[in-house]
Amino acid sequence: MNAISAEGLVKTFGTGDKAVKAVGGVDLTVPEGTVVGLLGPNGAGKTTAVRMLTTLLQPDAGRALVAGHDVVREPQAVRSLIGLSGQYAAVDETLTGRENLWLFGRLYQLSSKQAKKRADELLEQFSLADAGDRTLKTYSGGMRRRLDLASSLIVHPEILFLDEPTTGLDPASRLDLWDVIRERVAEGATILLTTQYLEEADALADNIVVIDHGQVIAEGTADQLKAQIGGERIEVVVHDSEHADSAEQILNLSSGGQCDRDTHTRKLTVPTHTGSKGLIQVIRDLDEAGVTIDDIALRRPTLDDVFVKLTGRHAESETEAADTAAGRAAS
Amino acid sequence: MNSIQRTATPPNRVGLSQAVGDAMTIAWRNIRGGWRVPDNQIYMFIQPIMFVLLFAYVFGGAIPIPGMEDDPTAYKRYLMAGIFAQTMAFAVAPASVGLADDMQKGLIDRFRSLPMARSGVIAGRVIADLANQVIVLAIMIVCGLLVGWEIENGVLGFFGAVGLLLLFAFAMLWVGAFIGLSVGNPQVAASAGLIWLFPVVFLSNAFIPTPTLPGWLQPIAEWNPVSAFVAATRELFGNPSMFAADTFASNHPVLLSLIWVVVIVGIFAPLAVRKYKAAATK
Repeated sequence: MNAISAEGLVKTFGTGDKAVKAVGGVDLTVPEGTVVGLLGPNGAGKTTAVRMLTTLLQPDAGRALVAGHDVVREPQAVRSLIGLSGQYAAVDETLTGRENLWLFGRLYQLSSKQAKKRADELLEQFSLADAGDRTLKTYSGGMRRRLDLASSLIVHPEILFLDEPTTGLDPASRLDLWDVIRERVAEGATILLTTQYLEEADALADNIVVIDHGQVIAEGTADQLKAQIGGERIEVVVHDSEHADSAEQILNLSSGGQCDRDTHTRKLTVPTHTGSKGLIQVIRDLDEAGVTIDDIALRRPTLDDVFVKLTGRHAESETEAADTAAGRAAS
Repeated sequence: MNSIQRTATPPNRVGLSQAVGDAMTIAWRNIRGGWRVPDNQIYMFIQPIMFVLLFAYVFGGAIPIPGMEDDPTAYKRYLMAGIFAQTMAFAVAPASVGLADDMQKGLIDRFRSLPMARSGVIAGRVIADLANQVIVLAIMIVCGLLVGWEIENGVLGFFGAVGLLLLFAFAMLWVGAFIGLSVGNPQVAASAGLIWLFPVVFLSNAFIPTPTLPGWLQPIAEWNPVSAFVAATRELFGNPSMFAADTFASNHPVLLSLIWVVVIVGIFAPLAVRKYKAAATK
């Protein structure tokens, strides 16, 4: 059974010449107990789609059922069965962590006592027990996100909407939050996750829906999407650029493909059809030839490659791409 | 692990007791959070005291009350109702700033995703700010008595006046809620909440006797809703009051004020709730 199903969702903002179709006819299904990643760049319509599914926004057209309830006709029923964690840490800065959880518990219609008990449990579970009586002004970004996520779990909702849960977090906090999300998955929660991070969808989602300009442009498992743009590659980084020539010869011979060479990073890439067998062969040959290597890996295409193939653009937002480029130039 | 059990089929309508409960929960949150930012609270209490002192001592000697030119306490007795009403009207600002802030921070989205009453967030804001206005009014009354203002109409009149002033604040809080949810940005809300209010308050009988105004301005000032509340407060406190023209506004200020409360709340409460339902994070 599907926990979430949407057909032909449309949302247009503004009117006349200035009208922007944020979501232009999106179909989406999330089977019970699975994680679906809604992947797309900034402004693709991910958040608008989530806002319609969580009853925050009325669709202009289309229909959506969440936990069997129509989001337009039975919004209150939907609200009592879902948890939503937004891309802005929507928690009250002037209250303590404990007070925040109590507040949201009360608004989920728990009794004061139940809400208190639940707040204690969640603070413990999210490693916030020590910080529970401090106001959120003293929390780090990662702690706020954890509290935000905890707030969406108060009534053990079976369906969770996580709208860019790790945007703006440092890598350690991101991994931390991934663990928390995985725990929910292990407990059987259904999750719709939006993200602009390819590795996040890859790491967490069973199924990925790629969305761009309000349209679904691809759908499938991470492996299926990757398969769309062809096979695996062997990547070798040689220790010494003097060895690059012999390494290139070996790679061309063993794989029968055309080797790609980046002199600056001493990285050689070659397509392969023989998988890990080919990789072992290459390692042996390189070793025999006395080529020292820094790194060798069998690489499957990344979701970023998929995105470029599908849209002609990188999935990263421009500033991030610029940052990455700057980082590469500096290293 | 399921320490909390949900009802199997969640109700789709919200009952009155839940609506009241949700409003009180939000009011708790606003008051609790508000006192953690003492700057705001202190400013809120100091401003009215400043107004009392400024008007009583700076303008007091310069604005004569027609017919009472020889009475040195006349202006203070005339003035205080005006300052009380002005301060109640300025409740627009905290309400609009508070809701705009919640909206900008994404809290309104969180609240809207919860199975709570649609009126809860605004009603909770109104209750919390009204509680603040009670404290503000108490401080101002003490302050007024200290500078020479008098309650001249007994206990019943006193409580009538206090009740009416709080009703005025209550009505204006809904205006503030509507403005805050419309602009969705606390900085903009701070000015959008007050900028129109200054001329409205000053173009009333709050600080000057309307008979001293140019003839064409007199009817505007005397029919100004603020004037109705100020005149009604003067009447109930037994303070001096005067009108240039003999109209319904001058004869029935208390009744007219109550009508204004109904009209203002009747217009702005539904508008505010509608804004809340359609609210989108800016």
